[in-house]
Amino acid sequence: MPDCNETLRELDAFLDDELSDEVRVHIHEHLDGCYDCLQTFEFHAELKIAIRRKCTNDEMPAGLLSKIERCFDTDFDGDGVVGGS
Amino acid sequence: MADQSTFADQAMEYAPQLYSAALRMTRNQADAEDLVQEAYLRGFRSFHTFQEGTNLRAWLFRILTNAYINKYRAKQRRPQETDLADVEDLYLYRRLGSLETAAASMSAEEQFLDLFTDDEVKHALEELPENFRLPVLLADVEGFAYKEIAEMLEIPIGTVMSRLHRGRKAMQRALYEYAEARGLTVEPAESPADTS
Repeated sequence: MPDCNETLRELDAFLDDELSDEVRVHIHEHLDGCYDCLQTFEFHAELKIAIRRKCTNDEMPAGLLSKIERCFDTDFDGDGVVGGS
Repeated sequence: MADQSTFADQAMEYAPQLYSAALRMTRNQADAEDLVQEAYLRGFRSFHTFQEGTNLRAWLFRILTNAYINKYRAKQRRPQETDLADVEDLYLYRRLGSLETAAASMSAEEQFLDLFTDDEVKHALEELPENFRLPVLLADVEGFAYKEIAEMLEIPIGTVMSRLHRGRKAMQRALYEYAEARGLTVEPAESPADTS
């Protein structure tokens, strides 16, 4: 089983779901028995969720969708000129 | 091979996500709108190269990222590669981790949501130098895998991982400074530097 240092080294890859099944199982084993590491992992997992929620709530400007769709209508010839002018 | 006439039907649902990401990239609304438009136009023109059944969202984000790198990076006159000061590991946890035990009824996530405003978190991300900002944006906000990010940014996976690690720490320090400026933090629980 990995020790605390080895476990913390895998923090990023664990949170990003990038560990092999084998390593992931070992990390889970360590976290099951180590409250300090578990707290650390939970803190960062929740920080990651909070960052995502706070950075994905921008309101799209009114009219952007229709502007984009107009591009499709006017650029069927693929010349890169939008709006025909 | 994908049929161009179905592009709008399939792709437009991702516009809000692409717009948010474009805002984090360009850091202003006018450029973000232009960038999203540019990405959709590029996607529309090259939709015949899209493999039906593969990940359309990742395909669109790759186009958006490319468009940003090609078109806006030069315009913003930022150095292409900027280094970051080293920040200690677990920077925010060492300073805020004890908040969690202080209010056991709240999850850390709820506390972060309260502690930092949306604008502070957005600014902390937007203030990262671009070579760190894009990996953090694509991983933490958009949830892409290291391999996908490596392909989008055309850098090795090891570079993605090291920039993510350092970018996240720098972002944590910026967040802490915002919280500190509003007097919302507790003393670090243990810091070897403070024992003098």
